[in-house]
Amino acid sequence: MKRWLPLGIFAVLAVLLGIGLSLDPRKVPSPLIGKSMPAFELAQLHDAERTVSDADLRGEVSVLNVWGTWCAGCRAEHDVLLRLARTGLVRIIGLNWKDDRQAAQQWLRELGNPYALSAFDQDGRVAIDWGVYGAPETFIMDATGIVRYKHIGVLNDELLDQEILPLLKKLKSET
Amino acid sequence: MRFLIGALLIACAGVAGAGLEAYEFTDAAEEQRFKELIAELRCLVCQNQSLLDSDASLAEDLRRETYNLMKTGRDDAQIVQYLVDRYGNFVRYRPPLDPSTYLLWFGPLVLFLLGGFWVFRTVRHQRAAPQISEADAERAARLLDEESK
Repeated sequence: MKRWLPLGIFAVLAVLLGIGLSLDPRKVPSPLIGKSMPAFELAQLHDAERTVSDADLRGEVSVLNVWGTWCAGCRAEHDVLLRLARTGLVRIIGLNWKDDRQAAQQWLRELGNPYALSAFDQDGRVAIDWGVYGAPETFIMDATGIVRYKHIGVLNDELLDQEILPLLKKLKSET
Repeated sequence: MRFLIGALLIACAGVAGAGLEAYEFTDAAEEQRFKELIAELRCLVCQNQSLLDSDASLAEDLRRETYNLMKTGRDDAQIVQYLVDRYGNFVRYRPPLDPSTYLLWFGPLVLFLLGGFWVFRTVRHQRAAPQISEADAERAARLLDEESK
């Protein structure tokens, strides 16, 4: 019995270290989940005279996607966003983060525009209120404006089909 | 050689406190307070650097935010809470004491006590006189006698 003890300790450590290695340290849980979305008001990307605010996201299930033209992952997930927009399930609001207005507009002209509305957050003030630290980030809010889901990093088809679309359908049926 | 050391020192000076020249302080104490505060806060992009060390663009934004909050009269606890509300406890280098961190804070102490108890028991066990039967004791004495003849 006693001589198996070191082997037992080794096995427990190996399992714990294995779990530690498989976690992604970049995925920091957001304290916003379950809370009302932060209030904001920003100029629109396409028209500096008009604004976008959190009021545009309230009243129905909505998605906020944080992106920038400097962000390689955002290009990678763009087709998935377009696919989500085509389902017509939900309005996607874009938060263009620390970017150049012209470059961002050109990006949407070339790649297609999945956003019902785009906000232009040049100095990153609003992104801080949302706890954004690495684009792309995607938030899902229910109809009452409570943040229900956050994904940090690139969206892909699998994630869209297995997590995001079922969640959106569930949230829509709650209202 | 001397030139090399000089160059190294200059490079290191650049590393400590990225881009703080832009900020103005009323006195040295305020500057000190600002530096101590941002050294306690983690940059979420390059996670092993503090807001003081990091050159990441987000770190620059959060430094500016911290500076503005400080200038509007918030105390350190309020500023830390402001960031925790947005980024979670991960932003703090010193995690707070609450039920989710009990294991972190008290785990090492528990391991130390368990280990100490185990060492204590083992040592006491070894010190106790070995128990042998009377027959064995007689046999040992006989063998020792034969040896000394």
